[in-house]
Amino acid sequence: MTVQNRNLAYNQTTIIIMNKIIAIGMLVAFVSCGQQQSAVQQTVAAPEEVGAGQSAVNDSDSAPNVVQVAVGSAEHSTLVVAVKAGELVDALSNAGPFTVFAPTNAAFDKLPDGTVDDLLKPENKEKLQDILQYHVYVGVISETMVQDGMKLNQVNGGDVVLNKKDGKMTINGANILGSVKASNGIVYVIDAVLLPPAPATK
Amino acid sequence: MLAASSALTFTGCKPKGPAEVSMGDAASKVYVAPGKHDEFYDIVSGGFNGQIGVYGIPSGRLLKILPVFSVFPENGYGYSEETKPMLNTSHGFVPWDDLHHIALSTTKGEHDGRWAFANGNNTPRVARVSLKSFRTEEILEIPNSGGNHSSPFITENTEYLVAGTRFSVPMGNKDVPISSYKENFKGSISFIKVDPATGHMNISFQLRTPGFNFDLSRAGKGPSHGWFFFSCYNTEQAYTLLEVNASQKDKDFIMAVNWKKAEEYLAAGKAKIEKVKYAHNVYSEKTHSATTTMEGEVAVLDVMELKDLVYFIPCPKSPHGCDVDPSGEYIVASGKLAAVIPVYSFKKIQDAISKKDYEGDFNGVPVIKYEAALHGEVKKPGLGPLHTEFDEKGNAYTSMFVSSEIVKWNVQSLQVIDRAPTYYSVGHLSVPGGPTSKPHGKYVIAYNKITKDRYLPTGPELAQSAQLYDISGEKMKLLLDFPTAGEPHYGEMIPAALVEPNQTKFFKMEENEHPYAAKGEGQARVERKGNEVHVYMTAIRSHLTPDNIEGVRVGDDVYFHVTNLEQDWDVPHGFAIKGALNAEILIMPGETQTLKWQPTAVGVVPFYCTDFCSALHQEMQGYMRVSPAGSNTPLKFSTGKIEDQNAGAGK
Repeated sequence: MTVQNRNLAYNQTTIIIMNKIIAIGMLVAFVSCGQQQSAVQQTVAAPEEVGAGQSAVNDSDSAPNVVQVAVGSAEHSTLVVAVKAGELVDALSNAGPFTVFAPTNAAFDKLPDGTVDDLLKPENKEKLQDILQYHVYVGVISETMVQDGMKLNQVNGGDVVLNKKDGKMTINGANILGSVKASNGIVYVIDAVLLPPAPATK
Repeated sequence: MLAASSALTFTGCKPKGPAEVSMGDAASKVYVAPGKHDEFYDIVSGGFNGQIGVYGIPSGRLLKILPVFSVFPENGYGYSEETKPMLNTSHGFVPWDDLHHIALSTTKGEHDGRWAFANGNNTPRVARVSLKSFRTEEILEIPNSGGNHSSPFITENTEYLVAGTRFSVPMGNKDVPISSYKENFKGSISFIKVDPATGHMNISFQLRTPGFNFDLSRAGKGPSHGWFFFSCYNTEQAYTLLEVNASQKDKDFIMAVNWKKAEEYLAAGKAKIEKVKYAHNVYSEKTHSATTTMEGEVAVLDVMELKDLVYFIPCPKSPHGCDVDPSGEYIVASGKLAAVIPVYSFKKIQDAISKKDYEGDFNGVPVIKYEAALHGEVKKPGLGPLHTEFDEKGNAYTSMFVSSEIVKWNVQSLQVIDRAPTYYSVGHLSVPGGPTSKPHGKYVIAYNKITKDRYLPTGPELAQSAQLYDISGEKMKLLLDFPTAGEPHYGEMIPAALVEPNQTKFFKMEENEHPYAAKGEGQARVERKGNEVHVYMTAIRSHLTPDNIEGVRVGDDVYFHVTNLEQDWDVPHGFAIKGALNAEILIMPGETQTLKWQPTAVGVVPFYCTDFCSALHQEMQGYMRVSPAGSNTPLKFSTGKIEDQNAGAGK
């Protein structure tokens, strides 16, 4: 994993620790399940415990995926909460590959007061998903591949425009602060939340 | 963060409703009692193993791996003298391919249980497998193709199967710059005629198309019989970094082909005859041998010149699956990067063509207006739609690679009805009869690309998986999760009742026309022709005849032509000899197969039966004496003849 800019508090150790914590969390969860069921039911139900999706795969050896990169960053706690509320954790743990534009906590803070809280309400899940999916491209666009004026069609169906001038990159005008390679793609840290210009489906 | 993580896992074990409660029920639904048979055969592509896997459903039991495009030392396919020609191509002997899709033969749009067709993706080929013998009977190479992915989908009476090139390439082996793609690269779609009596395939004609990638296809049926639909991507005509450069346009195309019109053009002499070279390999159950014929011509119809033959229909974002519903009226295309699933109406396509409701043309081919062809869109179906299958109740099932789920939706209303997670990253789906006019909507199988933690781990390479869901009710229920051989792409399920009664149990000895058959022990012998030694050997429980052979010399080419004299079901014999540089052979009852062996050193070399045939299988063995090159050891062969009473048995 390479960190290509300042201000980014990632490191491998943080992420590995994070995974271990997640693993413990799962264990607790299983115990809780068991407590809600009789022993007999548990035996019968065990094979049906189809489990969570790919995000629950217990693997602390492999390089972190885009979600784990975000989880490992103290500056992206709001994004992580949003990705969980938007039920995109499993999808982004998929083989992808993905290019994720990850707004920092400060970027979310720039939104009008109450916006984030509003988006996190269950009734606004589709709107939240639309916004989050506007931050994801299927395919890996490395920094060297970025060309000035490059258009990317995002997962929600909307387009973003990348610009590159004098080595500085922006997306829809937001600054790209740095990038982190992930096992299933690349994460670009950005300083503003991207808002889809129009409804995702035409 | 920690709290959030825990909360996330909690959702995984919340009671989800009926699906989990009924697990005991699920187990019984896939339990096939000892001695009982499964309800369906599942004929599954093996992907990069080049073979077909045959499974029983609902148990998920693997019944057979049958080799198609890859050599199979386990039974000698591609190693025996008889089967080597099956893998001949214009490039020479190609011992491997990448087998992606299965098409089971149909009559009047319904499975007829005769043949399975399969595509070789790498060195373009199609194969026909008998569902009586579960053996590959024919392989046809496809000329003018850069990789046969959009194949081997078939018309409703198996009139044609198609072979669409994945890669556009310069036709005629031209030495041109790769950057001249737009000018020089073209696509090619072969329509392969299938003889209704024998199944024998031949290329009737090829369509020459604009250069881009063809992905998947389905024939029309019912009202749309006479048409074929292909998904096309990279209409950007990129030749590098397609990951980015083939995703530039908002829409690629579905290509609609009026193949009845193509037949008219062909009959009217509008095709250009091109000189090409391709192999046609046919296996005979009479001679138990394959022969290769090198073909030299193909008839080409240029869709950029001939009118009313082909139409393009815009389709969002790099379409992958292109599937036709059982009624034949609706065509479902899955743009793997699209946020909607467009569903086209055959009737509206026809109306648009009659009104010339076009938005323009692409290399001279009319492009129908998207809205003019559209029945409607499934909104927000999930992430990464790939393939769609159908049940008989008007529902469609679409796989979502990125969001790892199957989405059930209604073809008429386009409303999503249900979602079921897959573990993980599903590719193709299969409903029994799903691509035909008569689905049996009891199950859907998801073929998953990634399993990670689903089974006991086996190092870096893990099994891929199939997941069986009950779709008889409104909600899909996961019943079973089983690992698969190779890397399945597509598979088709067929009711066992259509296949089981027709099985070949053995080959009749009196019909064996193999030139080296020994149809009884009296015909067993050894003949020398120069440095070739032909052993006419028989195998029956529990001896090989002859089992003592002398007079073979270093430098000889020895051919063991082994005939299995049994006329009984499930009694194959095998043959292997020490130091053979190829494989063993398995010989079915009534069959003759040949293993070539070149002795390199003086000595006495054992051979034996490799298939546990009987109580005295371990006694089923013999010796070959190898003398020095140029020696005068007389040619001798026998079984049961004891020459030295001091040393032999019977003393």
